[in-house]
Amino acid sequence: MCLSIPGKVISIENDIATVSIGGSEVQAGLQLLDDVSIGDYVLVHSGFALQLISEEEAAQTLALIRELEDLSDDDDIPIQ
Amino acid sequence: MKYINEYRDKELVRILVDRIRTYRGPHVRFMEVCGGHTMAIQKFGIPSLLPDNVSLVSGPGCPVCVTSLQFVDHAIALGRRDDTIITTYGDLIRVPGSTSSLEQEKSHGSDIRMVYSTLEALAIARDNPSMQVVFLGIGFETTAPASAAALVQAKKENLPNFSVLSAHKVMPPAMAAIVDEDVKLDGYLAPGHVSTITGSHIYRDICEKYGLPVVVSGFEPADILQSIMMLLEQIRTGNISVEIQYKRVVTPEGNLKAQKMLQDVFKLRDDWWRGLGVLPLSGLGVSEAYADWDAERRFTAIEVEETQEPEGCICGEVLKGVSHPTECILFDSVCNPANPVGTCMVSEEGACQAFYKYGTE
Amino acid sequence: MEQNRHIRLGHGSGGKLTHDLVTGLFLRYFDNEILAQQGDSGLFPLDGSGMAGKMAFSTDAYVVDPIFFPGGNIGSLAVSGTVNDIAVTGADPHYLSAAFILEEGFPVDRLEEIVREMADVAREAGVRIIAGDTKVVNKGKCDKVFITTAGVGFLEDRLAHIAGGEQVRPGDRILINGYAGDHGIAILGERESLTFTSPVHSDAACLNGLIRDITDHHEVHFMRDATRGGVATVLAELAGLSRRPGANKMGLSIDETAIPIREEVRGICEVFGYDPLYMANEGKVVMVVPGDQAEAVLERMRRHPLGRDSALFGTVVEEHPGKVVLHTEIGGRRLLDMLAGEQLPRIC
Repeated sequence: MCLSIPGKVISIENDIATVSIGGSEVQAGLQLLDDVSIGDYVLVHSGFALQLISEEEAAQTLALIRELEDLSDDDDIPIQ
Repeated sequence: MKYINEYRDKELVRILVDRIRTYRGPHVRFMEVCGGHTMAIQKFGIPSLLPDNVSLVSGPGCPVCVTSLQFVDHAIALGRRDDTIITTYGDLIRVPGSTSSLEQEKSHGSDIRMVYSTLEALAIARDNPSMQVVFLGIGFETTAPASAAALVQAKKENLPNFSVLSAHKVMPPAMAAIVDEDVKLDGYLAPGHVSTITGSHIYRDICEKYGLPVVVSGFEPADILQSIMMLLEQIRTGNISVEIQYKRVVTPEGNLKAQKMLQDVFKLRDDWWRGLGVLPLSGLGVSEAYADWDAERRFTAIEVEETQEPEGCICGEVLKGVSHPTECILFDSVCNPANPVGTCMVSEEGACQAFYKYGTE
Repeated sequence: MEQNRHIRLGHGSGGKLTHDLVTGLFLRYFDNEILAQQGDSGLFPLDGSGMAGKMAFSTDAYVVDPIFFPGGNIGSLAVSGTVNDIAVTGADPHYLSAAFILEEGFPVDRLEEIVREMADVAREAGVRIIAGDTKVVNKGKCDKVFITTAGVGFLEDRLAHIAGGEQVRPGDRILINGYAGDHGIAILGERESLTFTSPVHSDAACLNGLIRDITDHHEVHFMRDATRGGVATVLAELAGLSRRPGANKMGLSIDETAIPIREEVRGICEVFGYDPLYMANEGKVVMVVPGDQAEAVLERMRRHPLGRDSALFGTVVEEHPGKVVLHTEIGGRRLLDMLAGEQLPRIC
C-alpha cells in the first residue's frame, strides 16, 4: 500500500541497500529491483525498494505546474 | 528531503489551486482509493483549499479497513498457540476481531511482534527455530511483493518454521465494484504506489467500461492537486483516459520483476471486502509452489471463533463513499481511535480516523 | 463503551487514554482541589509557616527502554523530568527524592553509570537529591531498572497563575525553545525491532535555568513541558483551558512551518508513519506570553544554550474556542487534537 518514501542509496551489501532519508538511514531489500547503484534515489516501502525514481520525470512534473502560471483561464492545459 | 519538499511548495500549490478554481462546471466527486491519499489530503488540509464544486471522497483503499474480522480472528487463534510467534505490521495491532484484538491478545500473553519489514520476520524465524513464526500479510499490490520476497527467501533457505497468512488483495476489482454499486463518482484518483508495481494499464478497463477519468496520483500536496486538476481537465475537454501524474515512479507497465514474483508466489482468488462483500479474483492466496509456507495450509486444525460484526457500525458504507464518517451514530460518541469499533477508526488511514484526527473546522 | 477493561500500553502514552484513566480513576478517588488542577506539579500553601508563596510538589516514574540512549540515560531523564515538571509551574526546584526498582542480576557498573549521570545533571540544575529508596525484584519482574523521582520547589506568588493558565488571552503568542521530536526518535532508534539509524540525540535537559531566565524578566501566562504526547498534546491541553468555567473563550492558531523539526526526525516520521508533533520531548517547553513581549522573550530564549533554536509558532485567538487550528505548510487548515493512542509504526 502506501507509506513509501524516496531516499538516496548510500551503500549496498548483498541484497540490502542502506538508504538515507533526510539524514536518517533505513535498510531496504533490493529483491524487487535490478540495477540499483549507489547514489540512486529509490522509493522505499516496508523495508523494500519498490522503484527507481526518475529525476527527469520529477523535474518535468514541477516544470509543467510552473507553466500553468502563464496560461489564461480558458486555455487548454498541455498535459505531460 | 529530495522528491518530497519540492512538492510541498506553497507557490506550486497556489498555482494549482488557482487553476482548479477556474473550474465552473457542475459539482464533481472524485474518489481516492488509497488510504495514503486520504491521510495526505487531511494532513495537509487540502479540502480547505478546494472550491465548493469539487469534493473528494475516500474509497476502500485502506487494507486494514477492508480486511475481514475473520482474518483477525484467525490470526488471534494462531497467536494463542503456545508454539507460535505472530509477526505483523503495526497497522493490524489494534484492529478489532470479533471479541478481541492482537493488542489485547498481547497483553494476555500471546507472542505478537511488530515488524517494519518481512525480512525482520524471517530473522525472527531463524532466531527461534523451535517456534512457528507466522507473518500476517496485509496490503495491496504495493505491499504484497514484500511478502512474496519473504516467501521466495524462505523457500530458498528451506526455512521450515516460517509461514505467511495472506489477506493480500488487488485493487481493480474493488474500483469496479464501487461503480457497479452505483456510487456516484466523476473520476478516480488512482493509487500511486500500487501503480508503481502494477503499472497504470490495470485501470484501462475501468476507464473504458465506465467512461471514468482516472489519474494515477502521487502523495504530496502538489501531486494530489495536479491530479485533481488533470481530472477536471479530462471532464472539461471530454477526453476521458488513464493518465499518470506520478510519472517519477509510475509507468504504464510497472515493475515487471515484482509482478513476476507476485505471479509465482500468489494466485488470484475470490475474497471478501468490508463494504463490498465477496469480489471475484480480488485476493491473493499463496500458490501451490509455495504451499509449504502457507499458514492457511499449515495450521488446519485451529478453531477460529464465529465472526461477529459490530452493531451500528457503518464502516462498509463509509468505505464505499456512500456515507460520511460523521453520519455514523457511533462516530466520536462511542467509536474513537482509542476505542475503535470499526476498522475505519482503527487505521491511521481509515476515513473515520483521518476525519477524527484531522477533520477540518 | 469501554471495549476492554484491561490496561493497555496506550494508557501510558500521555494522550487521550491516559487522560481518561487519570480523570476516570485517579481523580475520582483521590479527589481534592490541588490534584484537580491537573498541573505538572501539585501546588500547596505553606499554611502556618508564615512563609509567602507556595510549594510545588511533583513525582514521576521512569521506565524508559532502552535505559541508555544517545543523549542520556534513564537516570538523567529521571532528574530532568521531575525538575521540569516543577519548573514549568513557575516554581524553583530545590530537592528531589529517588527510588530505584532493580532487577536481580543487573550489573552494578551500569547502575553506577546511571547514578553518576543523575548526580551530574542534578548538580548542574542546582537541585539536591536528599532522600531515596532501593528495592530489588526477582529476575523478570521488572525490566533492568525503574526509577521514580519526586521533587519540591518554591513558587513565588507573582508566578502562581502560570500553572492554571487563567491569564492566557487572545493576542498571546506561543513559543518553543527548539526542535520538537528529538527524544522520541532517539529512543525509537535504539529499539531493536525497527532497523534504522539516526544521528538524532535526545534533548533531555533541565529547563529550570532557561525558564527562570524568562520569568525573571518577562511575563509568562502559561507553560508546560512537551513530553509524552508531544507538542500537539500540550496545545490541545492549552486550548482545553478555555472549556473551564469562567475561562476566556479562545482557540489556538498554529503555523506548522514555524515549529522547528529536524530533517532527520521528519524523515524517520515519514518512513514509519509517525507525526512529529506527537513525538516525545524531554527538554522542550511550550510557553505562552503576552503578544507585545513575544519578540523580546524569543530573543532572550535564543541567548540561552537550551534555547538557541527557539521559535514563535502560534497565537491565541478569539476564533474557534477550544480548538487548535493548524495552518499547514501548503496553506491548508486542519485541527490538531490529543494523541488517541500510542503511535505505532505502520506501512499504510
